[in-house]
Amino acid sequence: MAVSDIKKLGTKVSWKDLTEGMMIAGAGVSREFLTGEWSSVKPQFDERKCTQCLLCTPVCPDSCIPVVDKKRGAFDYDHCKGCGICVKACPAGAITMEGVE
Amino acid sequence: MNDTIEIRWHGRGGQGAKTAALLLADVAFNTGSYVQGFPEYGPERMGAPITAYNRISKKPVRVHSNIYSPRYVVVVDDSLLDSVDVTAGLAKDGAIVINTEKGKEEMVKGLGGYKGKVYTVDAKKISLEALGRYFPNTPLLAAVVKVAGIMEKETFLKEMQASFRHKFANKPEVIAGNMKALEMAFEEVR
Amino acid sequence: MAKRDRLSGNEAVAVALRQINPDVFPAFPITPSTEIPQYFASFVANGQVDTEFITVESEHSSMSAAIGASAAGTRALTATSSCGLAYMWEELYIAASNRLPIVLALVNRALSGPININCDHSDAMGARDSGWIQIYAENNQEAYDNMVQAFRISEHKSVRLPIMICQDGFITSHAVENIELLEDEDVKAFVGEYKPENYLLNPKCPLAVGPYAVTDYYMEAKRSQAEGMRYVETAVLETAGDFARLSGREYGLFEAYRLEDADYAVVMIGSAAGTAKDAVDELRADGEKAGLLKLRLYRPFPAEAIAEALKHVKTVAIMDRAESYNNHGGPLGADVMAALYRAGSRVLAVNYIYGLGGRDVRVESIKEVFAALKQIASDGRAGEAYRYLGIRE
Repeated sequence: MAVSDIKKLGTKVSWKDLTEGMMIAGAGVSREFLTGEWSSVKPQFDERKCTQCLLCTPVCPDSCIPVVDKKRGAFDYDHCKGCGICVKACPAGAITMEGVE
Repeated sequence: MNDTIEIRWHGRGGQGAKTAALLLADVAFNTGSYVQGFPEYGPERMGAPITAYNRISKKPVRVHSNIYSPRYVVVVDDSLLDSVDVTAGLAKDGAIVINTEKGKEEMVKGLGGYKGKVYTVDAKKISLEALGRYFPNTPLLAAVVKVAGIMEKETFLKEMQASFRHKFANKPEVIAGNMKALEMAFEEVR
Repeated sequence: MAKRDRLSGNEAVAVALRQINPDVFPAFPITPSTEIPQYFASFVANGQVDTEFITVESEHSSMSAAIGASAAGTRALTATSSCGLAYMWEELYIAASNRLPIVLALVNRALSGPININCDHSDAMGARDSGWIQIYAENNQEAYDNMVQAFRISEHKSVRLPIMICQDGFITSHAVENIELLEDEDVKAFVGEYKPENYLLNPKCPLAVGPYAVTDYYMEAKRSQAEGMRYVETAVLETAGDFARLSGREYGLFEAYRLEDADYAVVMIGSAAGTAKDAVDELRADGEKAGLLKLRLYRPFPAEAIAEALKHVKTVAIMDRAESYNNHGGPLGADVMAALYRAGSRVLAVNYIYGLGGRDVRVESIKEVFAALKQIASDGRAGEAYRYLGIRE
């Protein structure tokens, strides 16, 4: 079977278009599912304070902090749920939550 | 169905009545009959009265009930006569085969006025003589095959020889004794 | 070439499984199905199959392992009875909703209590709404033949549902009867290779099985599952057609025995149907127009075909080897009566509970039912529709 079109998992989809047994085929399909809208607050990144220790990347439960060319990249706000774990992990105080003291 | 021979076995758990019923089904099958061999299952343990059944027919057997009006009854242990109504439903023109060391007259007395034929065989004596141990089912199998006229002696012995070779592939030394037990019982049942 | 043999129902099913040579068989023993994994374990030990035989610690685990194995892409099965099936309850629904074509050799036994090891259909009937296909056998031959056909039905592209191949505990599972076996290579060719489209152990296309469904899609998911059931009758008949060409033995959704011109009919499932055939023949010899409908496929329920087959009879008795405790009959009774009602049938129908916990069913017992049916026809009314057969009052 082709890779499942996860966008079909929605309130408008007919039962006929669901996959057999609700199986989801294909790797990385969760990227299609934009969980970023689940949050009301987002972390902000201050590049000037960042020491490039990269401790924030592995602690993100949604893999929203990429490393590009061995450097910390910009937040993936499409999938960031605003949990704030990266704020706690950053030893340099380079990440803050918008609207959170 | 009249063209089906129905046989009921009465024994005690551990005496091999079920095995004997399955062996009888085997030999009848090998000579081209349709067969059923099945025990009545419950939580019985060693020594408790148990019942097993055979149907042997020239036509496929469809009925799946127990047997209530057998043509033949085999009693593996004569002490059962005191506790079990072994002749219940037994055909008047049928027969009962009892394993006993006692005389036939004594057995007849214990059968509550059953009018059909009564046969006895001393399976203990035969088994001890032929096998050195007490396995009543082998002699009784031969006895019922003879009484019920299921097949000729030669055919029966030939079939059983093959069956034992298969069953006792790992201990061929017991085959001769079992064959002797069958032959003796075939002769001694009366 | 068929091989003439004599086997118990359990051994017959084990032989079919040896010939099928499935990939994974997780097993936990319970009377009266224990012999199936027992025989099979010897086939494994003797190198006659290359199945992964897993001795697990419970039926909850045996079905769980079968689910995992099936999702991984293998042909998986297990066997059980009675409370073993009850202990699989949660997994039965998971297997069906995940559309996993698992086979379960079910040897029917009463559920507790009182605790009892003998045959009735209360175990399988309790699982009738779990989404499994259920096929029943009258004797060892049918148990064997149904097992040979099982994977073809459950793996059918439009079906993809698990299947229970049922036979009556002790009555057929432990009774030695004549049987015709197919050649190993014929069974192998008939069953074919299992090639699932999606499976967990496919590195080219990873798979998520059994995801959570929120209210938004749960109902659509169940409707989608029901669609698989709608193709089962077709799959059963297609498979039976191919099987008949191979074996010469014909199977359908049910067997109509002397039913075409019958005035009085009995509807039943399992080994007692053989006994009922003898009763029908004896009554026919006396000039009574008795007939039998023996159900093979119970889930899904072939309602239209059954109503059609019964439309001409005057009276019908539906025989349930299980209680339903609804104060008006058993599960088969409810299904058949609903089928008759929807077909606009005016046939007078009664429902008997019989054979619970191994209670013996005799030719005379079935003739008693036919006598009641004749009486109902002459009275012109069914009277009490919820009856017990052979109960001590």
